Amino acid sequence: MKPSPFRYHAPGSLEEAVGLLASLEDSKVLAGGQSLVPLLNFRLARPAHLVDINRLPGLDRIYERDGGVAVQALVRQADALRSATLGRLCPLVPEALQHVAHQVIRNRGTVVGSIAHADPAAELPAVLLALEGEVVARGPGGERRIAAGDFFRGVLESALEPDEIATEAWFPAFTGPHGLREESRRHGDYAMAGAVRAGARLALFGVAPTPVTADPEDPARDLQPSGDIEATPEFRKHLVAVLTQDLFAA
Amino acid sequence: MTTRWFGERVPRREDARLLRGAGRFTDDVGEQALEGCFVRSPYAHARVLTVDASAARRHPGVHAVYTARDLPFGERDLPLLIPHPALTHGRTQRCLAGSTVRYAGEAVAFVVADNRYVAEDAADLVEVEYEPLPVVWPLEAAAEARALVHDDVPGNVAAELTQESGDVDRALASASHRRRFRFRYERGAAAPLEARATWARWDAHEGRLTMYDSTQSPTSIRGGLAVLFGLPESSVEVIAPDVGGGFGPKIMLFYPDEILVPFAAMRLRRPVKWTEDRREHFTAVNHERGQVHEVEVGHDAEGRLLALDVDFINDAGAYTPYGIILPIITAGQIPGPYRVPSYRVRFRDLYTNATPTSPYRGAGRPHACFVMERTLDAIAADLGVAREEVRRRNLIQADQFPYDVGVAWQDGNRVVYDSGDYPGLLDKALHQLGPRPAGDHIGMGLGMYVEGTGVGPYEGAHVQVLVGGKVIASTALPTQGQAHATVFAQLVADQLGVAPDDVTVTTGDTRRFQWGVGTFASRAAVVAGNAMAVAAGMVAEKAKRIAAEHLEVDEADLELVGGQVRVKGSPDRGLPLAAVAVLSNPVRYAFGGGTEAATQFAPRPRPGPPLPAGEQPGLEATGYFSPTGSAWASGCHAAWVRVDPRTLRLEILRYVVVHDCGRVINPTVLEGQIQGGVAQGIGGAFYERLAYDAEAQLRNASFMEFLMPYATEIPDVVIDHQETPSPLNPLGVKGAGEAGVIPVGAVIASAVEEALGVSITEMPLSPLRLFELTRPPA
Amino acid sequence: MIRVNGADRPLPEDPRILLSDHLRHGLGLTGTHVGCEHGVCGCCTVLVGGRPVRACLLLAVQLDGQEVTTIEGLAPDAATLHPIQQAFHECHALQCGFCTPGFLLAVKGLLDDHPDPTESEIQEGISGNLCRCTGYANIRRAVRRAADLSRGAR
Repeated sequence: MKPSPFRYHAPGSLEEAVGLLASLEDSKVLAGGQSLVPLLNFRLARPAHLVDINRLPGLDRIYERDGGVAVQALVRQADALRSATLGRLCPLVPEALQHVAHQVIRNRGTVVGSIAHADPAAELPAVLLALEGEVVARGPGGERRIAAGDFFRGVLESALEPDEIATEAWFPAFTGPHGLREESRRHGDYAMAGAVRAGARLALFGVAPTPVTADPEDPARDLQPSGDIEATPEFRKHLVAVLTQDLFAA
Repeated sequence: MTTRWFGERVPRREDARLLRGAGRFTDDVGEQALEGCFVRSPYAHARVLTVDASAARRHPGVHAVYTARDLPFGERDLPLLIPHPALTHGRTQRCLAGSTVRYAGEAVAFVVADNRYVAEDAADLVEVEYEPLPVVWPLEAAAEARALVHDDVPGNVAAELTQESGDVDRALASASHRRRFRFRYERGAAAPLEARATWARWDAHEGRLTMYDSTQSPTSIRGGLAVLFGLPESSVEVIAPDVGGGFGPKIMLFYPDEILVPFAAMRLRRPVKWTEDRREHFTAVNHERGQVHEVEVGHDAEGRLLALDVDFINDAGAYTPYGIILPIITAGQIPGPYRVPSYRVRFRDLYTNATPTSPYRGAGRPHACFVMERTLDAIAADLGVAREEVRRRNLIQADQFPYDVGVAWQDGNRVVYDSGDYPGLLDKALHQLGPRPAGDHIGMGLGMYVEGTGVGPYEGAHVQVLVGGKVIASTALPTQGQAHATVFAQLVADQLGVAPDDVTVTTGDTRRFQWGVGTFASRAAVVAGNAMAVAAGMVAEKAKRIAAEHLEVDEADLELVGGQVRVKGSPDRGLPLAAVAVLSNPVRYAFGGGTEAATQFAPRPRPGPPLPAGEQPGLEATGYFSPTGSAWASGCHAAWVRVDPRTLRLEILRYVVVHDCGRVINPTVLEGQIQGGVAQGIGGAFYERLAYDAEAQLRNASFMEFLMPYATEIPDVVIDHQETPSPLNPLGVKGAGEAGVIPVGAVIASAVEEALGVSITEMPLSPLRLFELTRPPA
Repeated sequence: MIRVNGADRPLPEDPRILLSDHLRHGLGLTGTHVGCEHGVCGCCTVLVGGRPVRACLLLAVQLDGQEVTTIEGLAPDAATLHPIQQAFHECHALQCGFCTPGFLLAVKGLLDDHPDPTESEIQEGISGNLCRCTGYANIRRAVRRAADLSRGAR
């Protein structure tokens, strides 16, 4: 399974990267590659252009701002997992990262990339939603901030325009009761259903086209999850109830 | 000989190169070979109307695109490997599909290009026009036969066979207790981590075809290619180099690439290779295990079996290249280690529009075990008797061997168990299992099995002591991780009085040894192992003969110890084996290495010609072993399992295997095989599933969705042994390669049934399935 | 250029060549194996900048100027095995050997982070690599043994 042909670009600045996305027809951003490259290998994605942002300088920091923690585009999930800043200010994020795939994948995958990829069964989008964080996007017109509630549009579909790059994910500081529970078939797999708690807020993943907030008292209300090989809609709703119960039991 | 090495935990000889990444797997061979790629049918059943390869052929970097029309053998069906009189409607596919494709993944065209990237680009350009036909799927639909896989096979029935031992109808009629069951086993996949690969080179000067193939039977590939291409066998070499797991599907032959790659190499006068990718592996490589059983059992008030009547259908897939061996094995193995006074088994092998089937580790036995073990568990539940007790009451006893089950076995003989101690296995397993752990929703799993191993027709071995003193040995069957280079070295070392480190073993290379069958059905240690011992024994005898002449002693006074041939009781009177090797070859020219001792003016031990009549030069011998019947291994698995009632997740708290493969050559290697087999069994029972949709399209052809277990899903298995040597071979060994996997499905089902209080009659299971079973729709 | 096992090696022309293929066929380092090309099996694991990553999920051109260690670069020399390799041998933690290079490098990453790993750290560290032959029990033992050997135990 080999990728179909593409032109490869490795811009040296954010401006150059955004310019490429704006000017090239049918281009995709390559960050960690842990989600994109499998799609290329399967030829499920056949972009004409790949814009590799891994060489962009100054985009690999985790820093405090505005009462929360900003994680820049090139921060690897493995580094975020170890971050003292996140551990101190927003421990839900490192806790969630322990459930993301496996260490070897986390060595390369990025926090922002996972959020931008918008897989409804992924952990980090739901964490962003539960915490009411935001994504910073840079486009040809400049920078904008997109609240988590507006960011996830559908399965693998975010609010990013084709000529925008997500440069940062911002998580509000939160040290209240929190947790992430998911039910997956094997260790590290995408979850059949998952739940994230930040205080009184609950976000679910794997049970809708995007991560969704839910009522801890009746988390499966209004849910219409899809069915697949491993879980029917009914089973997903059942798991949601179980996971929520566990999260709010303490 | 010594028995120094037999039974020892000799560390593996093959590890160093594998640990350094210096193994040589088929895709490693390289040599600037062109690379191939298949165009495969996306439809499970369709007419192929047109195949237009013109754009693909024009693509830069493409050297050829073959369709059925382009092949001189394009209209020839591939061989039907194991014919059987009951296989009245056997069908095999063509190398590339002609007018009809019958499973999604069937090969339609073969592209050869500079590399795989270009080949895939070109494959995208091949335009095939299909006319979809009604799909026969799943297995039950094949039985209903509203549509046919092959137009000329009525009812989709490839074969039908009924066998009976005793009088089932009478026994059932007079039984005080009768029960009926239906069991369903879905097909599964072996999924070795090295997918298949083939590499071939045609040397036009020497008229020789050389092929590397990730196969479990190089000799069969060689023979088949020689026939197909009209070459003398001596002009065809097939080597199975390092192979990254076999587990059965690599014994299947011929896969289309095994013909197309050498064909392209000969046509294009360049080396050509093809390496399967993971996605195509899922549909291009054979599966196994789809069966549905209707069972009726008659028993008495004590739970003793009186009659067993089984009627099952077997999912052949779209073709039957491997004949009906699998359902024959299932039919032969259902009785297992139990006395079944009257047994009748009928099977129909049915075509479906899915990937063909051929053996996968266990090869028909997991289903057989499932049927019998679930039946016994049901009897136990009905009578309120402990599951182990019902088994005890039915087990064949240690004094009842040889035990003739009364039905056919896969070697053309009957199922006759040679030796065993089944009650001993059960007792040991329960002892090792220990008491029930504390906690809720815990169940005990129990499963016993027998396994016919060491099937013939034969294997051979060549053993030679080189003039430098090192020993080389070779056998035709190949290796996929079973440590043959270590285990066979132990057997040879014992015969020759050297250390395993002094013995270098080559397997699976027709250039080194050309007569043999293959590695499958837990037969290598039994058949090739005994051949090694025979050949090495012959070398030992020759060494003594030669040494006796030179030392002027009786052969009977000599022994082979520590690399020497020496007089028993006088360890300083002897000759190094290396010197005997020199002496075995009378030379004119002393070219070094001690050969002066074998020249014409050196002291002559006896009158007559330098090479006596009937003697051959060299300290070497070739020996064979051909078994009269299978050696029957056996075992008992037991487990404590918990099922979380809320998430339906499986936790294996303790898993025990007590098994009997006769005398054990290398316990470490054996335990590795068992642990690995249990892991595959757990995967097949609870994680892996081939998810076909109604159109017989495989929905989960990737490792992301076909869930092979990681380390987190597999516990350490507690392994204990029992040894009842086989009387059927000199070493007393029985095979062990499949032992770990056979009863796992039954064990998990048994445990889950107790843990959740629901009846389990199918495989595989999953949290979803358990959710559905425990919460029936309102 | 890409620095592989301490030596500068060329990059491929075609940007779509995966690192796994470039190592194997462009550079002749066939010890890195390909099992799935979607990042799940771990057979292709190599070290980039000292960290284990999937070579099948990297384009070779992405490694311009970077350090890659493959299995061929793990042992200190032709006569000596790395303690992890030695441990795998002692514990019979390999059978067919196809998954082994990937495991060895993943374990290298694990032990670099956790020189004295707990059972749960061991499970976590090896849980991203598939093995179809061994059933993992001996691999777990090998990791414990490797940790001991690396700390100088005998």
